[in-house]
Parts: sequence; structure tokens; C-alpha cells
Amino acid sequence: MSVYLREYLTVVWFGVAALAIGGLLLGLAALVRPSKPSYDKGIAYESGVDPVGIGWSQSQIRYYVFALLFVIFDVEAVFLFPWAANVERYGTFGLVVMLVFIVLLLDGLVYAWKRGLLRWV
Amino acid sequence: MNALILATDNVNVAQNVAFGIIAAVMIFAALSVVTTKNVVHAALWLVMVLAGVAAQYVLAAAEFVAVSQVLVYIGAVMVLFLFGIMLTRAQIGKETGLNNKGWALGIPVALVLFGLLAWVIVDAFGDDVLPDRGPAPTVMLSDQFLSIYLLPFIAISFVLLAAAIGAIVLARKD
Amino acid sequence: MLALDPILEGPLLWTPLFIIIGKVLFIFVVGLVATMFMVWYERKVVSGMQNRIGPNKAGPFGMLQTLADGIKSFFKEDLLPTRADRIVFRLAPFLAFVPAFLLWAVIPLGGDFSNGNDGTVTWFGHVTRVQLADPPVGILWVLAMSSIGVYGIMLAGWSSGSKYPLLGSVRASAQMISYEAALGLSLAAVLLSSGTLSTAGIVAGQNSLVDWNVISTGIVPFVIFLIAVTAELNRPPFDLVEAEQELVGGFNTEYSGIRFALFFLSEFMNVVTMSAIMVTLFLGGPQPLFDIPVIPGALEGTIWFLVKLFAFLYLFVWLRATLPRLRYDQLMDLGWKVLIPISLGWFLLLAALREFSPDGDAAESLRVVVISFVVAVIATGLFAAALKVSARNRAAANQPADNTGVTV
Repeated sequence: MSVYLREYLTVVWFGVAALAIGGLLLGLAALVRPSKPSYDKGIAYESGVDPVGIGWSQSQIRYYVFALLFVIFDVEAVFLFPWAANVERYGTFGLVVMLVFIVLLLDGLVYAWKRGLLRWV
Repeated sequence: MNALILATDNVNVAQNVAFGIIAAVMIFAALSVVTTKNVVHAALWLVMVLAGVAAQYVLAAAEFVAVSQVLVYIGAVMVLFLFGIMLTRAQIGKETGLNNKGWALGIPVALVLFGLLAWVIVDAFGDDVLPDRGPAPTVMLSDQFLSIYLLPFIAISFVLLAAAIGAIVLARKD
Repeated sequence: MLALDPILEGPLLWTPLFIIIGKVLFIFVVGLVATMFMVWYERKVVSGMQNRIGPNKAGPFGMLQTLADGIKSFFKEDLLPTRADRIVFRLAPFLAFVPAFLLWAVIPLGGDFSNGNDGTVTWFGHVTRVQLADPPVGILWVLAMSSIGVYGIMLAGWSSGSKYPLLGSVRASAQMISYEAALGLSLAAVLLSSGTLSTAGIVAGQNSLVDWNVISTGIVPFVIFLIAVTAELNRPPFDLVEAEQELVGGFNTEYSGIRFALFFLSEFMNVVTMSAIMVTLFLGGPQPLFDIPVIPGALEGTIWFLVKLFAFLYLFVWLRATLPRLRYDQLMDLGWKVLIPISLGWFLLLAALREFSPDGDAAESLRVVVISFVVAVIATGLFAAALKVSARNRAAANQPADNTGVTV
């Protein structure tokens, strides 16, 4: 097995250890804490008054638009990183290609801006 | 375990064992995506499948792709899914009527797709053994998408732009 | 179980194993102690800034206050709301806690950089770095883990079965993804100057004050990164997630006892981790400003790292004590209309400047300018035309509607 995979395996064990610590804390607390459930303790907290309606509300479409724009910029960032780390290698050609790429994706942001979707409320 | 390593000679046992474990988890998670009765749980199982894919990429020495998988699919696309679910139906508890009437038709489609992909992969790589080397450097990736894959790369930006404009048109207020 | 790790197979190499275990323990200790310290530090500094005394009973200067609070949470009843989604409700704290720890794996916590050394140290005859793992894509690992952190918050709010946590969590995740975009783009500027994605490589490249990325990338990416991180951490002035006046307490309203403590812990641990990442990216990590005499080189790196880390922790507390909370629309405007365009523009500027590097010839530079200009003009022109056409079409489509007196 290569050094490379061993390094990731170390990280996996580290994650398992973090999980174990969390589990240990929870387990320890489960041993010492009291448990006296009652109906009142189980209802949703709404500043002391009885909860109104069901505990779920439909979220708004604008969150969706922001999530979509985020997907676009995330993909953009993922393609930018390998190029950014080796700019000199690709010279002017790389710069122009990336410029086209970035400008195309920025158009999406500009369009959303223009249509007033970036305006909250 | 040492005997096993000797027996299989140059096949990288640990890597294959890890592949098997992750693949089994992925299959279970994938089945759970379609069988669970709660949409948000289905999305979470899908996250599990995608995380498994990322782990397989790491095993195949493609760590940049693996991290990108986490970044784009788990970090962005699935969040988009969750926002979409919250927008429509995401109540807690079991739901009914999640199954489409033609769900049985999906099975042959899935089988054909699986066969096709399996055939393509076996045809392309056959009995190739993963070279026991370090990860592929990032520069290999940028070399690819700035040369022979330049056209698909630019096409991606068009597809993304189209997706953005589509969503914006659907969500517009005027 | 342990045989799954091939490091334990065949001729056992105990020393590397012990080094790894030592590193893991070191990270756990540093992570947990730094987090507990941060909770106390924040309360103490804020109270100082507000002319109060702050925690002063438990231990010297009240330093054990966090420990006392932590122990208290063990003895608190763990409430599970009747309407909650039981599985996801229990899963969410882990989704916040584990990524916060995993971030530490790639941060260089020290090393011997004195006299131009490259940061490796020799422990028991093994040359190693003072960081758990150094994958070639280390800095993307940071982004990936912080994007997983969104799930903890989102699912905690959703699974509570209560409106206000749900509202808080949707808000929080929209805020976090918005600023993650700016975060990633300002990171690209750092990669431009360091030329590698490995955290150890980024630190190694900043071996003198002028090479620190905060200076070599021209401060702007650093400022954007700092603002984006503050928003990503849901820290004041971007703490709309737990705006008490509007949302009761945010996504973790329904959590109590030790589960709440896990959220609390991961929140403060993220503050420490993100400060450490900023130190790594922009301030040279464990790179020294000057050699401290007497102290051995290997320890010196850790000391410098901690000094820089504390500077950032103080900055975060200071921001909290000074700035009023933003409104949600201001927050989104800042992220999408200011930070993202500026970070992209600055990135392109830096990239173009690199093409103009002194050894490049004038004709090449001219070509870059001309082509960039032409691309930009064509793109803007096409886009303006498209907008105009769509506006005209819309006006035409709305015409009949106006006749009936209905405005759409």
C-alpha cells in the first residue's frame, strides 16, 4: 500500500477517533443525566407559548436561487484551482480560456442581478 | 492476512478490501434512497452514496477528483436538493404517495444502464491493475481540460449558464 | 479490527505508529483545549470591552468556567421533542462535530523553519512534519469539510420539528453557501501566488514577510477571506442564525444537555480552526518573523503559530464586541454583489499581472491585454443584447394583459 493511501487511512482513523469522542461524551452523559420525560417537555419551544400550527413551514424560492448560483460558482472554483496553481504553464492561452469561462459564468450572476433576484425581500 | 497477501502476489489486497466494503455500503445506501419513506432521508442516503464515490476516487489515486466530488456534489448539489425539498415537501415522518405509478419500468432501465456502464468499463480497462503510485498531480487535470477536453470544458460553462438562467426565469417575480 | 490498517502488518514499525498516535493526541489536546480557552477568552475579552468583570469564580481568572459549564451539561436532561425526526436529530450534532475536528488534520501546527529550514522535524530518527496528513490537495480538504459542516446546521433545524429552528437553519445554510463561494474564489488568489494546493507547500512558500500571502496577493483576498470566514462561522456581525430577537435561538433551539454542548463545542472549534487556516494561508503559518533565541527550532514554529492564532482569535472577539448585526438583505448583498465580483476581478487581475512577469516580452503582454479586452467587450455586448431582447419580448407579452387592466 502506498504512502499516499496510508496518509488517508490515518485521516480516516482520526475521523473515527473524533466520532468516538463524540459518542463517548454522549454515552457518559446518558449514564449520569436524569430522564423524566413529560408531555410538556416534548412540545416545540416557541418562547413559552403553545406552538402554533405544524412544526414545518415551506421555505422560499429565493433560497433555491442562491443555492443554484452557489453550485455554479463552486464548479467554477473547482476548475479555477488547478489552473491557478500552474498559471505560468499555460500562458496567454490559459488566461484567455479561463477568462471566457469566468465571464460566461458571471453572466449568470449578472442576469440574476438584473432580474432583481439578488434583491432580498 | 499476510498469507493472503502472499497468495495474491501483486494484487493490492488492502485496496481491494476497502473497495469491497465501500461498494457494499454504497449499494445499501443507494437502495435506501429509493425505498425510504421520507424525502429528506432519501437525500441523506444519496449523500452517503456520493461520499462513497469520493472514497472510491481516493482509492483510485484521484484525490483532486475526490475532493471536488465532496465540494460540488455533497457541498453544493445536495444542498440545492435539500433547499428544493424544503420548498415543496419535507415534513417529518413517513409519507405516502412517493412512488410513481410507473416505478416498475425503472428497473429494466436501471439494469440496462448498469450493464452498459459495466461493459464500457470492463471493455476499456479489462484486467488493468491500479499502479501502486502516488496520486495523480493536479497539473495532469489542468493539462487535460486545457487541451484535448477544451471543448467540453467550455460547453460545461454554457450548460451551467443555461441552468442558472432557467432557474432564474422560473423563480422570477415579475 | 486493528489489522485493517496495514501499518500494523508484517514487521511492525512501532516508531511511525507512535508518531502518528502522538500527533493525533496532540491535535485532540490542542483542539479541545484551544476551544475551551476560546470560550473563556471570548467572554473575558468581551466583558473587558464592555467594562464588566466577566467570569471570575471558577479557577484563576475564571479560566475553568468552560470546564464547569461543560460538566454541567452532562447532568442536564436530554430532551427529544415529540415531533422531532429521531434519527436525524441524533445524527446532526455529529455532522457538525466531526468535520470541525477533521479540519485539523491538514493544518501545519509547527515545524522547524528557522534559518531557512523547510519545516520538517526529526523525531526519534524519523523525518516528519508537524501535521497529521499532508495531501497534495490539502486546502481543498478544508473547503470540503467546511461544506459538510452546513449539513449539521441544516439537519438540526429540520429535524427539530419546530418552525423557528427550521427558519434559522435555512437562513444559516443559505448564508454559509453564499459566503463559501467568495471563500473559494479568494482562495484561488492564494493558489496563484503559492502554486500548490498542499498546506505544507503553501506555508513553505511564505518564507519571509514580503512572501506572506497577505502581502503577495495584495491584501484584498485576505480581507475577503476574513469577511467570508466570519460569515461562514455565523459569528457577529453575521450571526443572524441565532438572532435571539427574531428566531428564539436559531437552529439549535430544541437541543439540550450534551447534544447542545456538541454544537457549541464545534461552533467554537470552527472559530479556532478557521483562524488557523487563515494563519496558514495568509500569515505564513509557523514561519517565524525573527528567530527567537534559546528556544529550539522545532518548538519555535509552534510558538509563532500560536501567536498568530491568538491575534485572529482576538480579532474575532473584537469584531463581535464592536459591530452591530447586519440585516439579512444586507448580508446577501454583501456576499453576492460585493465580495464575489471583487474576488473574481482581483483574481483575474493577479493572473494577468503574472503573465506580465518581468521575463515576459512586451508583445505577449500586449496580446493578453487586447484579447482580454475583446473577450470582455464581446461578452458584455452579447449579454446586453440578450437582456434587451428578453425585456422587449416580455413587454410585448405583457401588452394584452394591460388591456384587461391586470398588471402582471
